[in-house]
Amino acid sequence: MSQEMTLELNEAVAESTRAAPKKRSQWLEVWHRLKRNKMAMLGLVILSVVVLAAIFADLIADYETVVIAQNLGDRLQGPSAQYWLGTDEFGRDIFARIIHGARVSLMVGVLSVAIAIALGGSLGAVAGYYGGKLDNYIMRVMDIFLAVPSILLAIAIVSALGANLMNLMFAIAISSVPTYARVVRASVLTVRDQEFIEAARAIGASDARIIFRHIIPNCLSPVIVQGALGVAGAILSTAGLSFIGLGIQPPEPEWGAMLSGGRQYLRHAWHVTTFPGLTIMITILALNLLGDGLRDALDPRLKH
Amino acid sequence: MHRFIVKRLLLLIPVLLGVSLLVFAIMSFTPGDPAQLILGENAPPEAVAELREEMGLNDPFVLRYARFVGNAVMGDLGQSYTSGRDVFDEIFSRFPNTLILAALGVIIAVLIGIPVGIISATRQYSMIDSGSMIFALLGVSMPNFWLGLMMILLFSVNLGWVPSGGYSDWSSLIMPAITLGTGSAAIITRMTRSSMLEVIRQDYIRTARAKGVAENVVINQHALKNALIPVITVIGLQFGYLLGGAVLTETVFSWPGVGRMMVDAIRQKDAPTVLGTVVFLATTFSLVNLLVDLLYGFVDPRIKSQYA
Repeated sequence: MSQEMTLELNEAVAESTRAAPKKRSQWLEVWHRLKRNKMAMLGLVILSVVVLAAIFADLIADYETVVIAQNLGDRLQGPSAQYWLGTDEFGRDIFARIIHGARVSLMVGVLSVAIAIALGGSLGAVAGYYGGKLDNYIMRVMDIFLAVPSILLAIAIVSALGANLMNLMFAIAISSVPTYARVVRASVLTVRDQEFIEAARAIGASDARIIFRHIIPNCLSPVIVQGALGVAGAILSTAGLSFIGLGIQPPEPEWGAMLSGGRQYLRHAWHVTTFPGLTIMITILALNLLGDGLRDALDPRLKH
Repeated sequence: MHRFIVKRLLLLIPVLLGVSLLVFAIMSFTPGDPAQLILGENAPPEAVAELREEMGLNDPFVLRYARFVGNAVMGDLGQSYTSGRDVFDEIFSRFPNTLILAALGVIIAVLIGIPVGIISATRQYSMIDSGSMIFALLGVSMPNFWLGLMMILLFSVNLGWVPSGGYSDWSSLIMPAITLGTGSAAIITRMTRSSMLEVIRQDYIRTARAKGVAENVVINQHALKNALIPVITVIGLQFGYLLGGAVLTETVFSWPGVGRMMVDAIRQKDAPTVLGTVVFLATTFSLVNLLVDLLYGFVDPRIKSQYA
């Protein structure tokens, strides 16, 4: 290795070490601010429990023999040592079904928001960056979507395509695309005209490079916050659609569908509707707490 | 101002065309033959084919959509495949039920949200503030159809105070209205609190206090007026949202409203009714949003001047 190359290498290493901690410290600082927020931490802890339950659901209860197998001898039993949260109208363990239901809810929640961010974010970024006619066209189409309450749009899509997991995810994603398009467009508009973008353009960076390397990283905060709250909304929509029979189909366990199944037995078996509903509420609460905390942590200017 | 209203009303046209096209396209991809649905499963194929032709189902998509729009403008949304009744008439006979529910829901939300929000803001970080913020958080985190079921469990099944569903007299309105209003109450509480907190930090409030104006006058007369401007928007948006989004609450309480009509129609694959209800609810939602924008200009002269 020649002297020159080593020098160059050293310089590169020095530069990368110089750049890296700076980048990391920004997110580390956000994490430190988030850590100080007790409510957000509570949300994170609850959410972690739900996520772990979903990951290890098979270890807690077997899907074939416990979650979907009917056991009519034990139907509508109240909470007991054997069945912690009681059994449903087919004698299935509600606790086991709630744990497995977490898989469905989290998957639909996270994936539909990911799809919505990818679609809505790109549309919003393009609209905001290029402006003019294109911006106008894209945002008018978004306005059309926004003119329908999102639950209505999701209902219309699922009812046409058929009720299953994929269509449900698609419907929820589509109905929240305009929200992300608006959020991203708004923040692109504020970033677009700043000096560092002008500088990037002056040194000859391409549009794609400017958008992906400079604009998107600076627009992430509102998207992250909206995303956390969006997952909560998507889980609620999933439960709502399943509740009216348009979501996950039995016997697969889903929180909203479990609520709906227990409706008829409200008079005799309160636990069948109570526990799945409580689970939904606690999960949504955790996501809301985390979302609020992230908003404060990512934008300290908002904190007085 | 008039020009602004006209402009906004004209902008509604492409929005509604878009919504109806979207739903119309979705509904026409729905598997299942409407003619077969009307005549029953055992109908002879020739009769089904004849009805298909008669209903214009064999026409190209664009033609069918144009026909739908033409008829809809004249107030004809077609006939229900299942009951044969006129969709437009059916919607209008049920709409008052949805309207009264949404209106009561918003009234409850405002009566709770604004006072609680003001008290929270004036006593920031007190026990009352923390308590009401916790309730507001629970309110936005609770699925409202579950809250409805829990209220039925407590007040109908266990205590027997109010009927669990249907619409018989005023007492059957109580639970659906509370169910529908809770989420909005939580949102209005949070909005009022944060808006109030922002306003009472401003200089003119300090001036008023320095002049020796009584604290309740400062809050109720000086601060409240400005703090309520963004809250009014939220209230209006919530009203629109409750009108369009009452589907789940109406289902829980077997409420004879437009939302439940839609859910029933979806179950029966009754396309004209689904299409009619979605387009109708979207129209109402857009009109309410337009009214909110106008109201906004009315309460805040600074915004009104931008319209001119």
